[in-house]
Amino acid sequence: MVFLWSILVLVLLVVGLAVLLTIAESVLVNYGICTIDVNAGEKSLEVEGGQSLLSGLIESKIFIPSACGGQGTCGFCKIKVLDGGGPILPTETPYISRGERRDGVRLACQVKIRQDINVRIPEDLLNVKLFSATVKSTAAMTGDIKEIRFSLIEPAEIFSRPGQYVQIMAPSPDGPVFRAYSISSATYETNEVELVVRLIPGGIGSTYLHNLEVGDPVEFTGPYGDFIFDEDPETELICVGGGAGMAPMKNIIISMYKEQPDRTCWLFFGCRAKEDVFYLDMYEELAGRYPNFHVIYGLSEPKDDDDWDGETGFIHLSLDKMIEADGGKRQAFLCGPPPMIDAVTRVLQAKGLADERIFYDEF
Amino acid sequence: MSEVSPWVILIASIFTSNILLTNFLGMCSFLACSRQVGTALGLGTAVVFVMICTAALNWCIYTYVLIPLGIEHLWFIIAIAVIAAFVQFVEMFVERFSPTLYHALGIFLPLITVNCAILGASLLMITRHYGFLQSVAFGFGGGVGWMLAIVLMAGLRQKMTYSDVPRPFKGVAVVMIITGIMAMIFMGFAGMVKI
Repeated sequence: MVFLWSILVLVLLVVGLAVLLTIAESVLVNYGICTIDVNAGEKSLEVEGGQSLLSGLIESKIFIPSACGGQGTCGFCKIKVLDGGGPILPTETPYISRGERRDGVRLACQVKIRQDINVRIPEDLLNVKLFSATVKSTAAMTGDIKEIRFSLIEPAEIFSRPGQYVQIMAPSPDGPVFRAYSISSATYETNEVELVVRLIPGGIGSTYLHNLEVGDPVEFTGPYGDFIFDEDPETELICVGGGAGMAPMKNIIISMYKEQPDRTCWLFFGCRAKEDVFYLDMYEELAGRYPNFHVIYGLSEPKDDDDWDGETGFIHLSLDKMIEADGGKRQAFLCGPPPMIDAVTRVLQAKGLADERIFYDEF
Repeated sequence: MSEVSPWVILIASIFTSNILLTNFLGMCSFLACSRQVGTALGLGTAVVFVMICTAALNWCIYTYVLIPLGIEHLWFIIAIAVIAAFVQFVEMFVERFSPTLYHALGIFLPLITVNCAILGASLLMITRHYGFLQSVAFGFGGGVGWMLAIVLMAGLRQKMTYSDVPRPFKGVAVVMIITGIMAMIFMGFAGMVKI
C-alpha cells in the first residue's frame, strides 16, 4: 500500500508542477505579436515576440549577414536598435566599440524581441535577397581550390557591386548555417554567381561547396559588402591577393575592364609554389587585350623543379619594388591571410596611400 | 513541535544562525556571484523568493500528504522537485523582467535548484519540528540571511579591487579567508537564542 501511495503522490506532484509551469510559461514567455519599425516607418514588420531580432528579421525577408548562426560569435549582425532592445548584454560587449554603443549598435542575434522595436538598417541590406540556384559547373583550380558556378533560378538576377559577397546556406548537424564567400563572377553576369573556394579541412561551408555536383540545388543570400569601387577613370587600382584570396579581385578586374578598358590596374598575387598558381593564363590574355593591366604572380616557396621565371619571395616585396611612391590617385583592394594584409598595408602606406583608400578582406 | 516564536526564528536565522555563515550552506554560488553588489542582490532576492515559497509548500506537502500516508521516505525527492519547479518559474520571471540580471547570473540562476541552502532550509525545518508559521519565518529569514551574507561579501570584494592583495591570495583564496572572518564575527551572536 505504501508503495502505491508513494508512486501516486510522486506522479501527482510532478504532473501538478508541470501543469503550473506550463501555465506560467504561457503567461510569462508569451510576448504576443510585436512590431519592428525599420528606418523610421519605411517598413513595419509584425513578428512573433520571444525570438531573436535576427530571426525575426530573416522571417520577414530582411537578411542581416551572420556567419555563426546566431550564437554571438561572429559579430556580423550589427544593426542600430534605437529603442525597445533592452540593455546591452555581456555577450555583445566584446564586438561593440564604445562609439557604436553610444549609437545604439547591437548584435541582432542577441537582442530578444520583447516589445515593439525601432531599428535602423542600412539601405544595402534591405536589398539583400534569398536566392535559389543550381550548380552549373565546378572546376578544380589547384589541389584544394575549386571554382563553382551557380545559375540563378529565383530571383533570376542578382545586382551587385564589385567586391561584394554572398552567404551560402550550408547544412550542418545543428541546422543550416551561413558562410560568406566573395563573388568572383563579373557584376554584369547578372544571372550567374561564381565562387572560388578553398577547402578547409573540417570547414562546414567549404566541405559542403566542394562536394556539390552539377545540377545540385543551393540557396544563398546576398549581396553583402561595403566596398565602394572608385569609378573615376584616372584612379589606379591596386589589387593584392594571396592563397585563396582571388575571388573578389577577379570580379573587380573583369567588371572594370568591361566598362573602362583604358584604366590602369595592378594585380599582385602571392602563391607558395607553382602548383598553387591559377587563373594566370586568363589574366595574361586580359593583359594582352588591355595594355594598362599589369599582372604579377609571386612564389614564396618555389620548388626546385618549378619552371618559373616570374617573381619569387613574399608578394609585398614585389609590390614594393614595382609600385612607385606617390603615383597619383590610387585605390587598393587586398584579400588574403592577415599577415599578408598587414605587410601589404604597411607597404601601401609607405607609398602614400591613405588608410581609407585601402580596403581589405581578411580570412 | 518547537515552541520558539516565529519572530525569534526570523531574526535568529538572519543574524545568529545565518545559514551561510554558520552552516556553510550555499557556498558555491556565494563564491561565484559575489563580485558585484547588483548581481549579488539579484541572486539574493531570487534565493529569498524561492526559499520562502518552497518552505511553505514543502511544509504543507510534508504535513498534510507525506505524514498521513506514512511515506516520509519520499521527502528528499519531493522537496527537490518542488524546489526545481520554483527555480524554473523564477528563471522565466527574471528573464522576462530583467534581462541584464538574467545574463549576469548566467548558469547560477538555474543552479539555485541545487543551492544547498534552499534544500537545507526545507530539511532543517522538518528536523527542528517547526510549525507552518515558524517554517515560513525560517525560510524568509534564511533567505534574507543568505542575501545579507552575499551582499556584504560583494561589497567587500568591490572595495578589495583597490587593495593590494598578495599574489598567492588573489581571487577565491582571499574570499575564503574573508568568509572565515565574517563567519567568526557572526559566531559572536551564537548561543544567544536557540532555534
